[in-house]
Parts: sequence; structure tokens; C-alpha cells
Amino acid sequence: MEITPAKPTAAVKAKKQRSINKGRKVEKALTYLLLITLSILFLFPFLWLIGTSVKPENEAMAFPPTMLPKEWDLANYKEVFTLVDFGQYYMNSIIVTVCVVIGTVVSSTLVAYGFARIKGRGRNFWFVLLLGTMMLPPQVTMIPVYMIFSKLGWVNTFLPLIVPSFFGSAYFIFLLRQFFKTIPKELEESAYLDGCGPFGIFWRIIIPLSVPSIITVALLSFMWTWNDFLNPLIYLNDDSKYTLALGILQFKGALLIQWGPMMAASVFIILPLIIIFFVGQKYFVQGIATTGGKG
Amino acid sequence: MNKSRTLLFYLFILPWLIGFFVFTAGPMVYSLYMSFTDYSGLGAANWVGLENYKKLFTEDPLFWQSLWNTFFYTIVGVPLGLVVGYLLAVLLNTKVRFMGVFRTIFYLPSLVPTVASSLLWILIFQPDFGIANSILSFFHLPTSNWLLSESMVKPTLIIMSLWGAGGGMVIYLAGLQSVPASLYEAAELDGAGKFHKFWNITIPMTSNVIFFNLIMGLIGSFQIFTQAYVVSSGNGGPNYKSLFYVFYLYQDAFKFFKMGYASALAWILFIIILVFTLIQFKVFGKKVYYEYDE
Repeated sequence: MEITPAKPTAAVKAKKQRSINKGRKVEKALTYLLLITLSILFLFPFLWLIGTSVKPENEAMAFPPTMLPKEWDLANYKEVFTLVDFGQYYMNSIIVTVCVVIGTVVSSTLVAYGFARIKGRGRNFWFVLLLGTMMLPPQVTMIPVYMIFSKLGWVNTFLPLIVPSFFGSAYFIFLLRQFFKTIPKELEESAYLDGCGPFGIFWRIIIPLSVPSIITVALLSFMWTWNDFLNPLIYLNDDSKYTLALGILQFKGALLIQWGPMMAASVFIILPLIIIFFVGQKYFVQGIATTGGKG
Repeated sequence: MNKSRTLLFYLFILPWLIGFFVFTAGPMVYSLYMSFTDYSGLGAANWVGLENYKKLFTEDPLFWQSLWNTFFYTIVGVPLGLVVGYLLAVLLNTKVRFMGVFRTIFYLPSLVPTVASSLLWILIFQPDFGIANSILSFFHLPTSNWLLSESMVKPTLIIMSLWGAGGGMVIYLAGLQSVPASLYEAAELDGAGKFHKFWNITIPMTSNVIFFNLIMGLIGSFQIFTQAYVVSSGNGGPNYKSLFYVFYLYQDAFKFFKMGYASALAWILFIIILVFTLIQFKVFGKKVYYEYDE
């Protein structure tokens, strides 16, 4: 015979509920405590960066360091532009980044549409190859590609940084293809019946419907190009050609590092990324999530 | 699947196709060929057979040092970054208030260019006047030379990398949010506890995202370069303890102009990454849950 447990009385039930509520409250409090502690840890380097950028030189290197700057001194922000040719580096980074973003968006959308919608012979074969190149470490091709650009006389120009972007980027092609596949086919079919050619369909139907994912691609490629270090390091020799990632190292001499101006320069480098992030936040998250989720 | 459609397909993918041959396939073949030569960037490339590979494995202590540095950084750093990123995502997924604010705070560091963040961390970890040692000595804890210490330079670089763990967090968060609530409700009816739900529902249901991040994390970690270049002023110090694999490859190719030798290094890297990726697919691939198939 089975033993049926005694039915809990209303009082016992209420007591149990209270202890659950209490447990939940403690748990919530702990979660917030943890989140706030972690937030402080994650924010601290930023605060240190800004703090140092407004400290005069002797204070920036004082021991023990001052938590808050004694007085806010914006001299470092001016010195950024007088100590090194920071304006030129900024211009260079903008030129390279804008060209790469244009190249990436134009080529990757075209290629992605081909992979998403046009059933040509050998499509699967090429698509698998495309995915394969995403796993290929760029160092394998780095040296021969350098030799190609060297033969063309393009070393110490922006061309090696810009030109490859016009041939599509595997990651972005994949991202856009995933998106294009979600666009209803009926739209293209009716446009086709209206006498629209394949490029017309691409331009008038697909592109307008894909603005959010195209923005995602543009933002991500902006960010990656802006942050790129290895390629400028390999290809750019002249001080006047440096992008920001290389230029900021100019504050780091053999013996002395000019911390104040260097941190102020960092603020100038990070600022566009932060602005872009806040303006395009939803595209960022979306882009990362769509590719990540389908990995 | 007619002819004109095929032609149209190739027309659309033409930019990538050209790029594939010019910047990927061609250079790959050429780099393999170069790895069997003594090419120096100038003059002729002489065929030396397996000489480069033999030298790497038997006579080059820096090859082994850089390989060990990279393995250490990867084996410790990648799982740690994964756990931190996942933890942040799980915390944010508990219906907290100001979720957007917290998410932004954790994500922002991953936006900072590696050069800028490395310089900032050099300042924080300065042995003489850095804030890290200052805080430690305030609490009477042992201080360190951090990036200037042979034993601490790699752990310090790993700490630095954790600041960017928010990049992975965003992907995990998307994965966590797509787990159907009905699964948790069903488990609750069965009397499942918190830990049980986390272990048997949350982790398996997000295994595809974890797997994706693991693979991408490993591939990226094997290629660590910029941080180490900046913190060691381009020499991989102290005493080669921050000379990572790609860093060594870069030095050989573009500082010492041993292009043939560096090509051999590149191919070994390629094979290592390939083997690691295949092992991961073998070990975890079958256990990974995919929601959608094409």
C-alpha cells in the first residue's frame, strides 16, 4: 500500500511560500551584488584611461597613484596633435577604413546574393570552400600576398590594406547570405514577372530589404579595419602613412612613455567606436547573434 | 539548373572567386612551395627540401618556446574566457533590471582596439607606479612585475584578454534567450532544482553557441600577436616568454627576411589549427544540439 503524504495545511503552505520568496530575494540581491562588482571591474580600466589622460605628467607617474586627478588638465589632448602627427594618422585611418567598408559592402552583398539565391552548377562546392577559408589562418597566405603587393610596388601605400576588401570577405558573405535566404522568394518572382532582370531584382528588391544587415556588415568591418594592427605594421613604413593603431605607438619612446598624451590619444581612437556602437547598438547585437547562433 | 543561371551565379560570385584564387588558393600553394626553399625576400629561392622543417623541429629552441607560449595562452585563456563570458550572459539572463546598462558595460571593453587596450594595461601593470601594484600593496598583498616578469607575462596577458570576454557574452546571451521557456517549466513540474536545470537544459541547449565560441576562440588565440608585440616593444620579452607563434613567424618573415623558413612555420600553424578543429568536431560535434538544419 502506498503511503499518501499528508496534505500540507494552509499555514504550512504559506510558510513554505515565504521561505521561497525569501530565498528568491537573497538570490536577487546576490545577483545584483555580483553584477555591480563585475561592472566596477570592467569599467575601472576606462576610468583609469580617462583619469590618466587629464593628469599632468608628474602626477601620471606618481607613486602611489592618485585615484582621482587632482585637477583636470586638458593639455594632453592638445599635445596629442603637437607631439606627433596625430591628425595625419587620423586622416589615414579614415581613408583606409571608409574605402574598406565600401569595398566590403559592395562585393560581399553581390557574392552573398549569388550564394543565397542563384542555383548555379557547383554552388555547394564553392560555398563549402568559402566556409573553409574562414578557418584558414591568414598567416598561411600572408607572405605570398606580401610578395604580390611588393611586386606591384604597392608596399608603403594604402592599396594592400584596401584592395583585398573589394573581393569579398568570407565572414560577411556568410552573414549576408543567411539573411538573404530569409527574404520571401515571392517578392523576387513577382518582380521577375514585371520584367525585372537579376541585377534589377538585386538592386530594387534585395538591397532595400536588407538595409539592417548591410549596416551590420558596415559597422563590423569599420571596427575591424579601424583596429587592425598587423597589416599596417607589415605594409606601412613611413611615419606619414601610419594609421592610428601604428601611430599611437609613437608616444612610446625607447626609454620614456608619454602616458598622458598617449591615453588622450587612446580616447580619440576609441571615441568613434563607442559612438558607432551606441548609434548602431541593435545592428551590432543582431549581427553577432545571427552568425553566432548559426555556427 | 540551366546554363544561363549557372553563368549568372558565377557572375555574382566573381569578386570572391577572383579573390579566392589570387589571395587564398594561389598564395597557399606558393607558400607551401616556399617552405621548401631558402627564400629571403630578395634574389632566388633555392630548393632545400625538408631542411626548414628539420631545422624547426631539431635545432630551433625559439620554435618550441613560441609553440609552448601559444599553447599555454590558449589552453588556459580560452576556457577561462569562455567561462567568464558565459557567466556574464547567465547573470544577465536572470531578468535583472538595467540589463541593457550592464550588457553595455560588459561589452564595451571588447570594442577597444587591441593596441589601445594593451597600452592601457601596460600603465595599469607598471611595476613602479602602476595602480595594480598600488592596490595590492595597500592590502599588504604580494606585488608583481607583471608584464616584465618571465613567469607572469603570460598570465598577465590572459588577465588582459578577460577584459574582452563581453564579446563572447553577447553571443551566449542570444543563445540563452532562444532556449524555450517551456523546457524550464516542464523541468520545474518534475521538481528539478536550479543546478539541475542549468546543467541539463541550459548548457545542452546552448551547446551550439558554446561550440562556435570554442572553435573561434581557439583559432583566434593561436594567432595572438598584437598584445604581445605592444607589451614587449616588438621583441617578445622578457626572455622570449611572450614570443607567441605568429609573433615569431612575423619576426622571421619581416624582420629577419627568412621568408622560406617563415612559410614552413605558417604551414605548421595551419596543420595545428586544422587538427585541433577536427578533434573538436569529433569530440564535441555529435553532442552539440542544433535547432535548425538546412
